[in-house]
Amino acid sequence: MAINKKIKEFQEKREKLLLGGGEQAIEKQKALGKRTARERIMALLDKDSFNEYDLFVEHDARDFDMDKKSLPSDGVIIGSGTIYGAPVAIFAQDFTVAGGSLGLMHSRKITKIMDHALKMRMPLIGINDSGGARIQEGVNSLAGYGEIFFRNTISSGVIPQISVILGPCAGGAVYSPALTDFVFVVDNISKMFITGPEVIKTVLGEEISMEDLGGARVHSEISGNAHFFATSEDECFEQIKKLITFIPWNNGQKARMFEPGEPLREYNIEKIVPDDPTLPYDVKDVIRAVIDNSDFFEIMEYYARNIVIGFGRMGGRTTGFVASQPLEMAGVLDVDSSDKAARFIRYCDAFNIPIITFVDLPGYLPGVDQEHAGVIRHGAKVLYAYSEATVPKLTVIIRKAYGGGYIAMSSRHLRADFVFAWPSAEIAVMGPEGAANIIFRKEIMSSDDPDSTRKKKVEEYKSKFANPYVAAARGYVDAVIEPSETRRFLMHSMAVSENKSIQMPEKKHGLPPF
Amino acid sequence: MEQNRKLGILNIDTSLYKTRLSRKFEKRIPYRTPDQKIIMSFIPGTVLDILVESGQIIRKGDDLMILDAMKMQNQLKSKADGKVKNIPVKKGDKVSKGTILLELE
Repeated sequence: MAINKKIKEFQEKREKLLLGGGEQAIEKQKALGKRTARERIMALLDKDSFNEYDLFVEHDARDFDMDKKSLPSDGVIIGSGTIYGAPVAIFAQDFTVAGGSLGLMHSRKITKIMDHALKMRMPLIGINDSGGARIQEGVNSLAGYGEIFFRNTISSGVIPQISVILGPCAGGAVYSPALTDFVFVVDNISKMFITGPEVIKTVLGEEISMEDLGGARVHSEISGNAHFFATSEDECFEQIKKLITFIPWNNGQKARMFEPGEPLREYNIEKIVPDDPTLPYDVKDVIRAVIDNSDFFEIMEYYARNIVIGFGRMGGRTTGFVASQPLEMAGVLDVDSSDKAARFIRYCDAFNIPIITFVDLPGYLPGVDQEHAGVIRHGAKVLYAYSEATVPKLTVIIRKAYGGGYIAMSSRHLRADFVFAWPSAEIAVMGPEGAANIIFRKEIMSSDDPDSTRKKKVEEYKSKFANPYVAAARGYVDAVIEPSETRRFLMHSMAVSENKSIQMPEKKHGLPPF
Repeated sequence: MEQNRKLGILNIDTSLYKTRLSRKFEKRIPYRTPDQKIIMSFIPGTVLDILVESGQIIRKGDDLMILDAMKMQNQLKSKADGKVKNIPVKKGDKVSKGTILLELE
């Protein structure tokens, strides 16, 4: 009887805590179009898989009348569960409790689940919905953030870390998502910034809305801080679940194998690419034409669209794709696209995911703004990332591979394992027009009809150098292949790369140009 | 997120590529060589004090104005010798970045 009484007492306590900030606060949360922290966890994880920890944690603050305040679970829910059977550690800040503000115990709960995830080598998902530091707790709040950032960094490249921004995430708090692998945002719900509109207005006199300063669209399209954009929380959770199927649980494993499937017939690889190298096409169609079920999972879809990155599967095995996108800015490399590609290449390398690169670009983007923004330093990131990556690296040159762009995009010289080129490939030091203008400058200038001489010289250069055979003659290209042979060659190369093993010189860490 | 944007032309090494132009590319500000005769605010702020007047002869390095921004009093110095032609702001004005504060003849 006594034990039953205790159980009942426990159940009552638990019921109360499970309500978080209470019904009124929950109503407010819903009015904003948001789910509660607990609902979010339930929506994301496999049914009945969530085990919660630290439900009974309480804060210990005394100043500013905090000793009279009770904050259920200190405003954050932590635990572990599964997504499609994959184990994940998770925390979700509860905005209904003191605005999800981060105090010492709140942060200790987060760092506890982070330590757990690292120790158990499983992915960590953090759902952020917080007004920021709990000011009443002073420097203890700051300490909490610092402890989280440190763990984000130490876990980086060991376990996948996913941040989901489902509410405000402002000030120092933004640095935890920034240190993680993938950031998910939802339109009209996510808000991220270092200093908010109020401060900007007071200090600088500039007026801007929260949405225009740090909304989901801004971070997906302009700043590049977010990797996945959704229009609802449900869509966001579906994206997270899909991502989990593509990545391994930790850096000691490979991603799970799926049932292989053929590409869909509607993606006819022979009909996608125009002959004229100055005409655009959507390189995503080329990717879809070679991957299993044409199922391409794009990352950073709206940012630096001149390069495409994402996951697909080849024969059931997760593969990372990096592709120049002729449809956007002719597929040039620039500050933003270099940054986007380099980070993704490093992600794939850290988590044992082979990389296939499709090349069709005229080079780096010229311009004062680019030079002043550091295109040298940012462009170097791509070279660095490809060079240091030891996962299988496969390259397909579709059309243009000019100059620095040729070298940077996973060339043989950066130790690509297999380099294939279509007959339409143009591997050259620069485009025919530019090259002819330089090499034959004198002849063109002194000609009676410079325009027709220029045209003739461009044609001459084109027929001699704008092809894959000069590079193939030196072995820089392993095979010239027909477009229709692409999937077969890639599948074979993937299969023979399965046990790739190379030794890099020992070092503490390299110094990539960031 | 906007889709189906129109195709434009991008010139790379004198080859003309038909492609979509990014918003950042279209909105980029063409570079202009800085004019030493025009003093602009390098940061948004408040004009705290004006130390010269119209018609005054000044030398390179002379203090012209104090701009209060980011809790700092920034002294603006002249980048050239010359005669003050125009001061389009007055004490207490709030200015945004790139506002012309003073012109030399």
